[in-house]
Amino acid sequence: MNTQTTQLLIEGAGCASCVGKIEKALKTVAQVEQAEMNFADRSVMVTGEVEVASLLEAVEKAGYHAILINDQGGADAIDEKEQADAIYYKSLIKHTIVALAVGIPLMIYGLFIGDMTVTNPIQQLVWGAIGVLTLGIMFFSGKHFYTGAWKSFTHHSANMDTLIALGTGTAWVYSMVVVFAPDLLPEMARHVYFEATAMIIGLINLGLALEVKARGKTSAAIKRLIGLQAKTARVIRNGKAVDIDIALVQLNDKVSVRPGEKIPVDGVVVEGSSFIDESMLTGEPIPVEKSVNDDVVAGTLNKLGSLTFTATRVGKDTALAHIITMVKRAQNSKPPIGRMADVISSYFVPAMMIIAIISAMVWLNFGPEPSVGYAIVSAMTILIIACPCALGLATPMSVMVGVGKAAESGVLIRNGEALQTASTITTMILDKTGTITEGAPKITDILVVNGREEQQVLQLAASIEQHSEHPLAQAVVQAATDKGLTLFNVENFTAIAGFGVQAQYQSAQLLFGNEKLMREKGIALSDYQQQAQALAADAKTPMYFAIDGELAAVIAVADPIKADSVAAIARLKSSGIKVIMLTGDNHATATAVAAKVGVDDFFADVLPQDKAKKVAELQALGEVVGMTGDGINDAPALALANVGFAIGTGTDVAIESADITLMRGSLHGLADAIAVSKATLGNIRQNLVGAFIYNAAGIPLAAGVLFPVFGVLLNPVVAGAAMAFSSLTVVSNANRLRFFTPQQH
Amino acid sequence: MLLINLFCVALIALIVWWFWLYKPKAATHQANNAIVVKDGVYSPARITVPANTATQLTFLRQDKAGCSASLLFPDLDISEELPLDKPVVISLPALAKGEYPFHCQMQMYKGVLLVE
Repeated sequence: MNTQTTQLLIEGAGCASCVGKIEKALKTVAQVEQAEMNFADRSVMVTGEVEVASLLEAVEKAGYHAILINDQGGADAIDEKEQADAIYYKSLIKHTIVALAVGIPLMIYGLFIGDMTVTNPIQQLVWGAIGVLTLGIMFFSGKHFYTGAWKSFTHHSANMDTLIALGTGTAWVYSMVVVFAPDLLPEMARHVYFEATAMIIGLINLGLALEVKARGKTSAAIKRLIGLQAKTARVIRNGKAVDIDIALVQLNDKVSVRPGEKIPVDGVVVEGSSFIDESMLTGEPIPVEKSVNDDVVAGTLNKLGSLTFTATRVGKDTALAHIITMVKRAQNSKPPIGRMADVISSYFVPAMMIIAIISAMVWLNFGPEPSVGYAIVSAMTILIIACPCALGLATPMSVMVGVGKAAESGVLIRNGEALQTASTITTMILDKTGTITEGAPKITDILVVNGREEQQVLQLAASIEQHSEHPLAQAVVQAATDKGLTLFNVENFTAIAGFGVQAQYQSAQLLFGNEKLMREKGIALSDYQQQAQALAADAKTPMYFAIDGELAAVIAVADPIKADSVAAIARLKSSGIKVIMLTGDNHATATAVAAKVGVDDFFADVLPQDKAKKVAELQALGEVVGMTGDGINDAPALALANVGFAIGTGTDVAIESADITLMRGSLHGLADAIAVSKATLGNIRQNLVGAFIYNAAGIPLAAGVLFPVFGVLLNPVVAGAAMAFSSLTVVSNANRLRFFTPQQH
Repeated sequence: MLLINLFCVALIALIVWWFWLYKPKAATHQANNAIVVKDGVYSPARITVPANTATQLTFLRQDKAGCSASLLFPDLDISEELPLDKPVVISLPALAKGEYPFHCQMQMYKGVLLVE
């Protein structure tokens, strides 16, 4: 059910009278409170708790076709964008060919014959005709620049079109003055610049066309994510399996999936078992086994078995739709490094207009003859070369490719700021349980005291631990369950945070927890303390179980270290990052794990609420701190860290809360995230330096700084070509990032 | 020459006033009226919405230029892709009084949301 405003795009509404008909049809749908159509853009807003399918059906019945707007940015949207880009590309190429067909012969004539002056009536006639032809080029190939510039001007704003329109317009108007009234100008200044006008329009159209092509490639990653979405789903309705459009799948629908098919929506398996390939979503190459009660995620690929599952999240609520939205948002956001370029870009165009006027004044007042000609060429060249396109594109293009690249490896970056900060991290804190280790501890040793029976001790321990949510408690309960032991109902259960638990069974007082708890309660640990220390030294966590004030057993639990944690930590260290482990475990266990995985330092016995304090302490020492945890109990530390990395399946709240979400469990995802962020920031710097140099060097050259010494003034056609290709260079350099591969592992 | 120089100075003054100092009137946003992205500008480019009230703005992009496809409200952490010829609704939370600029990625297309 949709409780918000729903917006539909109506196709086939050709006249204003359709509005009433469509609104009326929609208002007949149950729960619709309001339906208002805007004929200008063919959209209709519907408010009320309605199902989208009912709305679409109502519009169809009224004789029109409706499309849900802004839903999950599906494959159709991408196809349409590509079609629109292809049409735009073709029109730009057409404009380029027409303009260059006139510009190139004119330029060759100017270069090899060189006589582009107007000195007699025949030349007036010929150049007048060429002027009219150039006007035709300006109208056909450059119309979009002039309309854009005019619209922008009337809105008190100036943009790229303004510069191109002013530059080419000035050249054409001046040339026509030369043609019609040469006597107004000194003899040496009677030179026409029609070739510059045509060439600049042609080259800039060509630059835009190539940029459109290159831009399409930068969104390859998001296209791949969207491509994961299935278009139809096989839903069981009235006992029959029917294929329906994915938009029509409703919550709690039973969905059936055959081998080799994509999972269409999120759900919980109710029948069958299979292996699901989640690699495109998580980066994890090995298919995961799924059976009854397991979650399945939209976009993943069913391998061999058949499954039936209940839809739990559909449409824009699926994890994949959330991921697509998040990646799109992140791709559009900017890291702080781009802000200076933004500020410059926003003042740039009017500033360049002023510089062009000042340059023209200098040439007119102090330049050699023909000073008018030099003034015109200089002003025109400044306007053409000054376009800040490359500067404006430098950051967003790299971010778009970098964020997409990360998403391909199962790394979801929230925004540009997180991307930038991740590249500057000096210290990385890793939570031990679930991050370095599997997070699913198992019992390894049970040392019973005073001849107690192991089964009975385990049964009682599990009976008390079944009420605890601690991961270590789950290991005890699991061990008892595996042995087929029945658990008792205990009374007066109390959890003592950071220490353990206590409860009562019949008349017996039960106590289960760490050494601190035993000391506090006055339980003698005698020789077993040494044995516990030996277990701890072997990276196991010893826990004590006491009955009626006497030690009954030492139970050791070990959480296996993930297979690739050691290699991933080595990768982090090799990139110059100090790696620190945090754990609530005792010092001995922490020492053993730290030694095995090779972290630089560790803090043991850290209570959940103290993790954030450790982050703050390191920040106070001037470190840029990254914190990696499972995104729930580590939330305060993740929030306080300069960059919070949540390790999770990506289907929960972690996606929304963390700066960076690692979709797979492996710490290699963390090393990949850092590597991609460093590569992206490097790429942004290259782009910014290139764009700054281009503008910073190009503008003085265009103004004529080299003229007094070398007698050289930049040709406006060269400026046009440079301007057209500067953006292309930036976009192409950003595209290089697509081939970046984090160090193999 | 003096006249030409004076003309140039006047032109510079005009550019400064026209592009930087002039504050065009804002249009009050009408629900259901789209802000059209066309010919290098947002129309209207200055939009007034009431303070402390959640609002929805509809954008309709009719401009083929790639730059116009991205819409950013940097202060509100909003970024959206605008498909060609399809309205996109941006839901704005209740906002405090102030000016919230919006623009394309390259800041070539610029607008201001005035919350009053």
